Amino acid sequence: MDAEGMKLLATALAIGIGGLAPALAIGMLASKAMEAIGRNPEAASKVQGAMILGMAFAEAIAIYALVIALIIKFVA
Amino acid sequence: MHISLAAEKIIEVGPIAITNTMLVTWIVMVILAIIAFSVGGNLKLIPGKFQNIIEYILEYILDMIESVTQDREKAKQFFPIVATFFLFIITSNWIGLIPGFETIGKFIVNHEGKEVLAPFFRPPASDLNTTLALAIISIVTVQIYGVKSLGAGYFKKFLNFKGPIDFFVGLIEIISEFAKIISFSFRLFGNVFAGGVLLLVVTFLVPYIASVPFYGMELFVGFVQALVFAMLTTVFLQMATVSHDEH
Repeated sequence: MDAEGMKLLATALAIGIGGLAPALAIGMLASKAMEAIGRNPEAASKVQGAMILGMAFAEAIAIYALVIALIIKFVA
Repeated sequence: MHISLAAEKIIEVGPIAITNTMLVTWIVMVILAIIAFSVGGNLKLIPGKFQNIIEYILEYILDMIESVTQDREKAKQFFPIVATFFLFIITSNWIGLIPGFETIGKFIVNHEGKEVLAPFFRPPASDLNTTLALAIISIVTVQIYGVKSLGAGYFKKFLNFKGPIDFFVGLIEIISEFAKIISFSFRLFGNVFAGGVLLLVVTFLVPYIASVPFYGMELFVGFVQALVFAMLTTVFLQMATVSHDEH
């Protein structure tokens, strides 16, 4: 397999595999937040605020993977 | 279709090159300064409509900081830097959605010898330099506030000689400060740059129609990233100014 083909494969795998764990993390965060809001609807806005913050952290990992994929495709 | 990770230089004044993101940063600064001086210069006790909106936004940010610090006085202390981060990042993200950004430019020959379009305007946060600068300012400000409220004892968090385990925890704390800089800068850069690339690719796939929902997503992402940057700065400030003696 030549270099161009390997580069495309690397780009796809980087973002594909790198998006798995953050997706799981965000799903678990959201599910726990839903449970918490269901138990205690009055604390909904506090739970929502903390959930958005936690999701930003988890999404950052997916963004790192995307940046590496973009670098492989367009710079290297 | 050409995507450039680095910001393109559009004006060269002798040895200094001005990139398109630098130009937009200045435009954002001018906009924020005009709003600030026009509202702050004529403060009335019974506010007019525009002053009312600005007061609402600023009070929202202050309440957000207070929800982390639980102390109004401390929130007022942290307010200038946190509100500046929030307003600068949200303005620079949203101004990048105005039509003409990343499309109007001049043709230059890039380093590979191909002729590509160098846009005149590009969202500032899509340049790693801008986001790295913001991240370094944020973390250095956290250290300064820590020293200001705890004195030189603030560094006991990093150089802890009470025992071997505490010493390694201190080392990890030092490494984690640098990791925070990297994480701040790459989170903002990745979100804004990838958003721009996404809009470009989607517009090429299905012109005019498919890019509309993605524009909505970019609005939301721009707001959330500004919020996250400001909130994380607040959280780190709060962690740095609280003494750790209760363990």
